[in-house]
Amino acid sequence: MATFLKNSAHRAWLVLMIATGITWYLGEVGAAGTGAIVAMLVIAFVKGRLVILDFMELREAPLMWRLLLEGWLILVSSLILLAYWISLK
Amino acid sequence: MHAMTTAAQSSPLNPPPEPGAAPAAPRLPGDLAIWFFILAELLAFAVFFSAYAFARASHVEEFNLYQQTLDRNLGALNTLLLITGSWFIVRAVQAAHRDDIKAIPRNILLGWLCGGGFLVVKVIEYAAKFGAGISMSTNTFYMFYISLTFFHFMHVILGMVILTVLWFQARNGAYGGHNAHGLESGAAYWHMVDLLWIVLFPLVYVMR
Repeated sequence: MATFLKNSAHRAWLVLMIATGITWYLGEVGAAGTGAIVAMLVIAFVKGRLVILDFMELREAPLMWRLLLEGWLILVSSLILLAYWISLK
Repeated sequence: MHAMTTAAQSSPLNPPPEPGAAPAAPRLPGDLAIWFFILAELLAFAVFFSAYAFARASHVEEFNLYQQTLDRNLGALNTLLLITGSWFIVRAVQAAHRDDIKAIPRNILLGWLCGGGFLVVKVIEYAAKFGAGISMSTNTFYMFYISLTFFHFMHVILGMVILTVLWFQARNGAYGGHNAHGLESGAAYWHMVDLLWIVLFPLVYVMR
């Protein structure tokens, strides 16, 4: 297990599986509203970042590419948050 | 693990994939062109995701009501399948870097099977919806649900076509420590398909 976790891709896989379980659970308990929306967006952001850095291997890539993909994730999360914030008003 | 590090170090042309190892210089995996393609795809989906979220803002009750008819279990299962499929492709790339030639096609095949599992689950989900008489014209929510998930579905199929090509190439010994370029390019596309679903699943199936 310790050897397994030395590999950043294996660690990322484990976190991604658990995080998916949390999002599923939030759906099961009917989580809704500002807190739930923010929590799910934060989880999606963390998951997306792990895919970008550890699966796509952009952690050691030229900064521009890392920023472009992480920037996409920030842009999408922000637009969704804005739209949900409008819907709650 | 020790053998992996040694193998990676013995191949000076390729940076070792081991975590914690200091990289020599910034390196973009795969072909530059595939990254521009990925960027274009991501921007297209950014427009669709925003369109969904803003359309929902003016149809909140409708979206909240019909979202409950979606099968969250199947959506979550599909998330696990794509994440695991992506992970197997990372393992294939890591195998190439340490010159473990036999492990490359095996991991590509496992990743492909995860993609196949995703398609089967999605078809089951669509069959239930279409069987209930739901279509694009039923309402705004279903229009978005069907078009967003189907557009993504097509990307999973394209990803699997790419993985099929990679599998044949890998079986012919095309990839290894000497060359992982094509493998890395295909892998990057496959991870993009995963990345998109990671946003799509909470957005369409869970967030309310």
